[in-house]
Amino acid sequence: MTSAIELAGLKKRFRRLEVLRGVDCRIRSGCVTALVGPNGAGKSTLIKILLGLTRADSGRAVVLGHCLDGSSGYRNQVGYMPQAAHFPENLRGLEVLNMVRSLRGPGHSEDRELLDAFALGPELTKPVRTLSGGNRQKLNAALAFLFRPDLLILDEPTAGLDPIASGILKQQIGAALEAGATILIASHVMSELEELATDIVFLLEGTVRFQGSIAELKATAGEDRLERAVARTMLAGPR
Amino acid sequence: MKTAWQILRYQLRDAARSRWIVAYGLLFLLLTEGLFWFGGGGERVVVSLVNAVLLLIPLVGLLFGALHFYHSRDFMELMLAQPVDRSVLYAGLYGGLALPLTLAFALGVGLPFAWHGGGGAALITLLGVGLALTLVFTGVAFLVALAFEDRAKGMGAALLLWLGAGIIWDGLVLLVVLLFGDFPLERPMLALTFLNPIDLSRVLLLIQLDIAALMGYTGAVFRHFFGSTAGVVAAAVAMLAWTAAPLWLGFRRFRRKDF
Repeated sequence: MTSAIELAGLKKRFRRLEVLRGVDCRIRSGCVTALVGPNGAGKSTLIKILLGLTRADSGRAVVLGHCLDGSSGYRNQVGYMPQAAHFPENLRGLEVLNMVRSLRGPGHSEDRELLDAFALGPELTKPVRTLSGGNRQKLNAALAFLFRPDLLILDEPTAGLDPIASGILKQQIGAALEAGATILIASHVMSELEELATDIVFLLEGTVRFQGSIAELKATAGEDRLERAVARTMLAGPR
Repeated sequence: MKTAWQILRYQLRDAARSRWIVAYGLLFLLLTEGLFWFGGGGERVVVSLVNAVLLLIPLVGLLFGALHFYHSRDFMELMLAQPVDRSVLYAGLYGGLALPLTLAFALGVGLPFAWHGGGGAALITLLGVGLALTLVFTGVAFLVALAFEDRAKGMGAALLLWLGAGIIWDGLVLLVVLLFGDFPLERPMLALTFLNPIDLSRVLLLIQLDIAALMGYTGAVFRHFFGSTAGVVAAAVAMLAWTAAPLWLGFRRFRRKDF
């Protein structure tokens, strides 16, 4: 099985704070991988490094076969759904879509499934700053899936979504998986991860505490529910 | 190239909706129109505008530039999650602000001259200096915003820079002249002029407008040293360097910035 993401010895420090202390892991392509860990374990920093928003101090990161060196082309195959949607204030939803569309360039068949399922139509003509948090998050999700990316990075995807919307999103994740995409989900909602993911990367204090399948983690921890297994591993502390 | 254009387009659309830019243009329009009402001919209006241009453009460039940069953080994060290079994004952000500011200034000053007539070469120099100051101080503002992660600190620093370059500088120059008047000061004075783009613009304008009485110490030294033409060329080259340096330093920081 090929890996969509390969990290070796990834380190990052913000001033005195050592956020990543040498992260090594592989994320299989064509699978849903859960990225878990307590607050401050380095999940967001890791995701930002994968996107090139933040640069690692040392180590190697290979995403979809591209070694990250500051070039931006690989992001044409990546869809990102940030934790809180950030959009330029004065633009309308449609303008945001058009702008991103023009940056992605031609050659993408678009997946409008989410836009339609969320019924965002009328909301797209309003300035983004007037949208409710939930609707902004829907736009955010629709944008991440719109260009059928090979790699989807979702940071707390269902936070702020109502049950119907998060149901739609989960369906879409399933559809993307069937279409062959690799999906990385950072979340604290274990029940949701148990439902969606097969693999898990567990970050603790800036290093990978566990990686493998969810079933393995459960077996190692001796628990039959992911939430308990994760909590137990967390309490056991870093290796 | 195409990407840069796309980003610029959205930045311009964003700027066009901003009331600040419109207010800035209107301010120059009212000022110029008012001077025509009170003060007669085109050349005299240009001379009256000199101080407004020398103080207002750096102030607005610095404050508005830094504010705009802090404000665009969301836009930057959205763009950088797309296949967009940082150099292209930086160029788009800079052009997206410097261009509307220049346009607002040029229209605000230019329109009254268009219907009243007059101005001539003096007006063109004024517009040129306004453009240069906008480019310089927008670049400096971005650099300041990159140096201070904290918005309040950054805005404070931008304001201090303006006070320093626009107002305190003249006082310092005068102080140096008073204290060291017995020594040959020509060359140090000349160097001081090149160190401040506002001072440099003033000298450039006053040489062009040919009003020796208003030139002050640095202006007189400058003219004496260079003569008119060489002085203008030297000042123009220095202004180019002043535009390029902050842009280059800012871009270097931007390339390494963590979001």
